[in-house]
Amino acid sequence: MTIHIIFWLLLFTPFVGCIALAVVEKPTFGTVLNLCFAGIGFILTIALIVKFWQQSLDPSVVPSVFSATYFFARQHFFIDGLNLLFLLLVTFISTTTAWFSRFFMLQNLRERRITLRRLKLYHLLYQAFLGAMMLALFANNLGVMWVAIEGATLTTVLLISLYRTPEAIEAAWKYFILCIVGIALALFGTVLVYFAAQMLLSSHEAILWSEMVRYAANFNPSITAIAFIFIFVGYGTKVGLVPLHNWLPDAYSESPGPVSALLAGLLLNVALYCLLRFKIIVDLVNGNVLNQNHLVQYLFFGFGLFSFVFASIAMHQQNNIKRLFSYSSIQHLGFITFALGLGTHEAAQAALLYLFVHALVKSAVFTNVGNIMHLTHTQNMSKTHGLMQRCPKLAWLLLLSTLSIAGLPLSGIFTAELLTLLITFQLYPWLVLVLGCGVVIGLAGLLRNVQPMIFGVATVSDAVAVTEGPVRFSMAPTVIHLVVALILGIYLPPFAAAWLAHAARIIVN
Amino acid sequence: MLNLLLIIFQALLMVLSAPLFVGVIKKCKCWSQNRSAPSVLLPYRNLKKLWNKQVLCAENSSYIFTLTPYLLFSIALALTFFLPWLITVNTNSVGVSGIVTSSLVPLLFRDVLVVIGLLALSRFFLALAALDVGTAFGGMGASREMLFAVLVEPAQMTALFTLAIIAASTDLNQIMHYVSVHQFWLKPSLLLTGIGFVLIIAAETGRIPFDNPATHLELTMIHEAMILEYSGRHLALIEWAAQIKLLFYFILFANLFLPSLPMAVLDFNNSGGQFLFLLGNFLTSGAVLVLQLMLLVAVLVVAEINLAKLRLFKAPLLLSVAFTLCLLGLMNHIILEVN
Amino acid sequence: MLVNLELLFAALILLTAYMLLIQRRLGAMIYTFMWQSLLLAGTTLIEAIIKHEFALYFSVFLVVVFKVIFIPYFLLRLNEELGDGSKVQYPPAALVARPFLLSLIAVAVVLFSYHLLLPLHHLFLTMINGNVLAMALAVVLLGILLMITHRKAISHALGFMMIENGIFFAALIATSGMPMVVELGVAFDVLVAVILFGVSFFHISSNIDSLDVDCLNRLRE
Repeated sequence: MTIHIIFWLLLFTPFVGCIALAVVEKPTFGTVLNLCFAGIGFILTIALIVKFWQQSLDPSVVPSVFSATYFFARQHFFIDGLNLLFLLLVTFISTTTAWFSRFFMLQNLRERRITLRRLKLYHLLYQAFLGAMMLALFANNLGVMWVAIEGATLTTVLLISLYRTPEAIEAAWKYFILCIVGIALALFGTVLVYFAAQMLLSSHEAILWSEMVRYAANFNPSITAIAFIFIFVGYGTKVGLVPLHNWLPDAYSESPGPVSALLAGLLLNVALYCLLRFKIIVDLVNGNVLNQNHLVQYLFFGFGLFSFVFASIAMHQQNNIKRLFSYSSIQHLGFITFALGLGTHEAAQAALLYLFVHALVKSAVFTNVGNIMHLTHTQNMSKTHGLMQRCPKLAWLLLLSTLSIAGLPLSGIFTAELLTLLITFQLYPWLVLVLGCGVVIGLAGLLRNVQPMIFGVATVSDAVAVTEGPVRFSMAPTVIHLVVALILGIYLPPFAAAWLAHAARIIVN
Repeated sequence: MLNLLLIIFQALLMVLSAPLFVGVIKKCKCWSQNRSAPSVLLPYRNLKKLWNKQVLCAENSSYIFTLTPYLLFSIALALTFFLPWLITVNTNSVGVSGIVTSSLVPLLFRDVLVVIGLLALSRFFLALAALDVGTAFGGMGASREMLFAVLVEPAQMTALFTLAIIAASTDLNQIMHYVSVHQFWLKPSLLLTGIGFVLIIAAETGRIPFDNPATHLELTMIHEAMILEYSGRHLALIEWAAQIKLLFYFILFANLFLPSLPMAVLDFNNSGGQFLFLLGNFLTSGAVLVLQLMLLVAVLVVAEINLAKLRLFKAPLLLSVAFTLCLLGLMNHIILEVN
Repeated sequence: MLVNLELLFAALILLTAYMLLIQRRLGAMIYTFMWQSLLLAGTTLIEAIIKHEFALYFSVFLVVVFKVIFIPYFLLRLNEELGDGSKVQYPPAALVARPFLLSLIAVAVVLFSYHLLLPLHHLFLTMINGNVLAMALAVVLLGILLMITHRKAISHALGFMMIENGIFFAALIATSGMPMVVELGVAFDVLVAVILFGVSFFHISSNIDSLDVDCLNRLRE
């Protein structure tokens, strides 16, 4: 199969799944179908990656591996090393989360927290969200990328308010308003970038990213500066940078388990990907506004550091376990943004590794927390004690995933953090102090809240599950994610390292 | 010499036709409400009747009370000299030293700010006179009038400044000349300022929705409350001054904001053979002005029938809308029209 | 002549943005928004005539169908069924209760956007003065101001639509419209967003019994 066929199959799978799940009636069949479509996406992604690297490493097809890009649909879509990385992440996490959501959603159905109609809606929106993410990743046309991100925002709104409690509706409303305004500002920025490009290119080509990159050196620097500020604020809202992060804790804490995992693993990363694409363009522009004032670098640094420090401190004040881990997400994404702002090749590699591993571990965390919630029926950490006695497997997984996400050695996050700190030490030594303090404060915040949950004795006032019958849950997704993160932390396989280097070269050069 | 006569004639015409204008407004309003109207000459008869009556002054009133009517009337008279309404004066013949020998009124006094200042002066003295007598209604009317004054003055100034910036001069002559020659009326800055100016006129002349001129309830009066104590020729002078002010504002609006024919320019330097040409222009611009005034009277009548007097506490909102509109007009001029 | 008309429409679009900020009755606000979209359609039509671009006629059609006809109708029906604006009492210190201060802030916003885009003035090749882009940015920022100050949920939807109007206007002035694919995508997205707004209003109203956004305050730190 040629690369074109695989691509189109991959792009259409989620939409076909969306339509199929709209007509399926039986809940168990629906969950299995959801998993099937996600799994098909994952398999097709692996095939695409294999084909991509086969063709790219063959010098007769492509002159240099670094220029390997394949275009589809008259250059409106493309794949290159960078978006294939994100695509792998997206499809992998969506598959394992679909596996998890099988059990989770059926349990919710049994507990009457959702109705059959809402389960169908959930599956429909799941596939639609996945389709929108893929569309955003593949898009070469910056307008289509915007449309896909907005589509993803719209599909997740109803996913967040799935339980229809007042808190869930409030969280969905906050998410909706904040993200929609942010995305609208990003559209304004896109319009301005298109305007800057249109002065050099024809109006059909000017919206394409690959063409913009070729001519970016001649863009007008003032327009690009103003445009980038809007784009940064816009897509930064979806990434969860600090003054704009207010929707994140609420959305994560009120949405169902699989949805939290999806939001953490997919949405933040794809938003960061879009920001990266614009960063690549803006970095190439020659001009006094941008280069001498280092506007882009300062933006990434400032917002990244601020998010990092703010979230580390905020983690200490949380009562709700999902909010705790959502602040941890903000903290890590702040760190990644900071690393991307450093601007060197190694820093970009470290940032990409960090992003990959963080997504894996974070979705592992949220799936595990979802399982725990089925056991204890509360998200309040002070009402849960002694998990080790009640369910040792879940407790061990919670402990391991928390230690992983906090960045203790042996986890991929530790490796990536260490790399970034080493690079920062070479460039801005005094910032290492801030970062190190932030890491330690974050670790303290996490452990201080999680440890009483795991150890200790279960008291009478603790919440107990109220459903009759055994609670079935699946721990496989969590375990798989943690194992992969562990492997990536200890030993990075050579092809993975080469791929990261390739993607980093796209970002920085 | 002839030109001097023309200017005096223009001013006198305005002073003498002010009561007629008010009579026409009353007649139109009655027609539209299907009532039988008094004659259009009734305001003249009123003024004559008041002139012949005895003047009564309160015991504890001071010289301000007796001074104010004369001051008001002379300010209104002065305004008529300032406002070019049928002809403008060509100021290009001013010598380099700035000595204006070619115009009746020195350039110093023809400024837009002076016009606003004179109006403020008249309002100030009227309020003082109302307070002078010491009655409750006078104080109430004075404070309400001052409330409106505080809100209307910035709006008025912004509106006239917009025009001054457009015409690059604060001379009312220059502004009107510029606007009539360049046919500016469709520009967004003038459109917005014009709408704001309509509200300003309603506030300054005491018409609905700010003040009902036909009310007999003292508690709702603003302008009439200030002149409750006046009688005889004092009252006649004050009423006449108010009518002149109304006509003044209407002509100002018609000349500045409505489309019209270019006005004839009175050039003092070569005055001889111009006379017939001037007379023809005089008559045509006079006809156009009458048409514009009729249009404005129609708008006024329709507004007065349909709107009610606003509560006093809601009036500042409307005036702030007027200010915002004038400010928007100014901003639009700078943003959109200057390149 | 057409250029003057377009300048006039641009000024009137900004005027409707002000009116949307100051008005308090939702029905009046929706009609003002309809006028704004109509003026925007007029501007697009004039640009289409001046530039002879066929794609812009289609954009005019999109704007008229969605933003002038469908979305105001949808919001009006929602307002009738759900919102009872008299339930929301603004405290006297709220910005909405002080319309004069709000309009002065709006003036400051317009001046700020003009100042921001001043260096780009010379880049415009169209006949329209490049400062009209400043007005488009001002409309976007005024939409955000609307969302911040008003408390009713439907005003938030209107604020979002105003932001979209501003962005459409900016795209029109700067680049004479985005490519057709993007335009269609954006129109579709905006439509789905408004429908989602409606769904959210139903959820909020059935759960909390009022569309006052200040009642959504259970999730606090």
